[in-house]
Amino acid sequence: MMLFLMAAGLTLVFGVMGLINLAHGSLFMIGAFACAFVAAATGHYWLGLAASLLVSAGVGALIEVGVIRKLYARDYLDQVLATFALILVFSEGTRWVFGSFPLYLNLPELLSGAVTLPGGLQYPVFRLVIILFGAAVAIGLWLLIGRTRLGIRIRAGEADREMIAALGVDIARLYTIVFALGAALAGFAGALVGSIQSVQVGMGEPVLILAFVVVVIGGIGSIKGALIGALLVGMTDTLGKALLPGLFAALGGGSGANAMAATVASMLIYILMAVVLVIRPQGLFGAKA
Amino acid sequence: MTRETIINLAIFAALIAFAIGAHLMGNGFAVTLATKAAIFALAGVGLNLALGYGGLVSLGHAAFFGIGGYVTGILASHAMSGTPVLTFPFTLAGSNDMLGIWPMAMVAGGLLALAIGALSLRTTGVYFIMVTLAFAQMVYYFAVSWPRYGGEDGLSFYVRNNFPGMNTFDPIQYFAICAALLAIALVFTAVVTQSRYGLALQAARQNRQRTMAVGIRPYGVLLVAFVLSGMIVALAGSLYADLNRFVSPAMLSWHMSGEIMVFVILGGVGRLCGPVAGAAIYILLEHLLGDVSEYWQALLGLLLLVIVIYSPGGLIGLITGRLPDRKLRNA
Repeated sequence: MMLFLMAAGLTLVFGVMGLINLAHGSLFMIGAFACAFVAAATGHYWLGLAASLLVSAGVGALIEVGVIRKLYARDYLDQVLATFALILVFSEGTRWVFGSFPLYLNLPELLSGAVTLPGGLQYPVFRLVIILFGAAVAIGLWLLIGRTRLGIRIRAGEADREMIAALGVDIARLYTIVFALGAALAGFAGALVGSIQSVQVGMGEPVLILAFVVVVIGGIGSIKGALIGALLVGMTDTLGKALLPGLFAALGGGSGANAMAATVASMLIYILMAVVLVIRPQGLFGAKA
Repeated sequence: MTRETIINLAIFAALIAFAIGAHLMGNGFAVTLATKAAIFALAGVGLNLALGYGGLVSLGHAAFFGIGGYVTGILASHAMSGTPVLTFPFTLAGSNDMLGIWPMAMVAGGLLALAIGALSLRTTGVYFIMVTLAFAQMVYYFAVSWPRYGGEDGLSFYVRNNFPGMNTFDPIQYFAICAALLAIALVFTAVVTQSRYGLALQAARQNRQRTMAVGIRPYGVLLVAFVLSGMIVALAGSLYADLNRFVSPAMLSWHMSGEIMVFVILGGVGRLCGPVAGAAIYILLEHLLGDVSEYWQALLGLLLLVIVIYSPGGLIGLITGRLPDRKLRNA
């Protein structure tokens, strides 16, 4: 679900703005740091979450206005380079401000602990909450894109940016909003993940790659694709890591089996992506690539 | 001679002069710096073939760089311990000989590029960028979780490999080897891009439909460029492994892909010596900014941003002006 939050933001930015944003992982990290910092300063976890949304949206808007806006008319190449440069700036900047030691977030009473699911399975409350958040965001985005005026404009901007500008929509502002929204989703995901793991510089990068895989599998610009892609990738990854060692031990046995299983498990989602691409180069729910 | 040719020669001459000057002053560290620049330039030249001339924005070239490095590391470490690399299906002994290692690194890189390229080229635009990136990550995770050759810790091999008639431990001699290979790669690129095939490749970048209309299948043309590019980058990876006498998954990480791409863009995309200028300046900046601040990467990032926004043609573009047609496939 966390993957979905991340991928939804990415796909929004990709699909609507036709922009490749490598700095999405940095926004993820910024959200996590904002949450950790504010939560530690005020003692309120919820304030931290709110801060992660606000700060990452704010930084996203700044990036859009300051850098990205100049690059829409350019090749992907310049966008890749610019966002790569942004990663360097943000990673080092964060290290400079917060130092290279990881921060930790304390969960409020309400969210820590475990519940017993029907069937007798113990499950941490917080992970359930993440799933709920994810579902809420999915529904919220679906409503936003499908049912509101802003959503109509976003979809129109996706289809033909000159035309909607000619119709009197302030396309520059629209793009800033979309980018900030994508950034806020990334930051929010960062804050949630930061609550489970530690908050540290560079935490956004592995997730960024995963989000890319999700977007590629789901199809660019499709929120539904991002959701299903995230579920697919998450399940494949978890099941692969859980089941493969047993499977390999049963098949081959020997001491190499374990290492082999770990290797294959870590590659499994990329294999999944390759398979999807061979069958459908535009992703499962993508329009024409 | 056009203005650009003169600049190209000047850039290459400057690199050589820098290394020789440093050698004469007895500054071995600066020679090594120049060697590093030459190796990264070679990687950039490789990527430039796909990216600059073929319009293939690949963010996965670290995979080829790394595999070149790993082939070198694996062969050298086996030669050291005297054990064969393979016993099945054929026996393959370890090797310490650069002349033997290079072709193997290039073949490995080429085969990997063939596999990745064949799948990735089914897609275009943003998809292509992400797919190449994801495949490179796959190789990266493979290296990290494969304990036999060091896994996450990497693989050291202590002794630099041999080249007949040369003492590869002498910094200036090793620089000579790297610079010579760089020169060969540059000439190769110049010849290829001006050949019939090179023209087809550039046509495929500019307009796929039209290329098909004149009877050329872009897929094959682009795939060949991708494979050649992977082979050159793998060779650079092999040299880099020898420079450090160490390979690690860091060579495969996507930061590496980003850096190789930065060399190319910094110098000028689709310019023969662009990557050479880019790599040299990157290494220099890295070194100089490292003295200024502990957080030099942030400064480097800001500098890159300024260059991207205000100088789309890269550094060579600043001098010669924009090429008339530099549109990459953007859809």
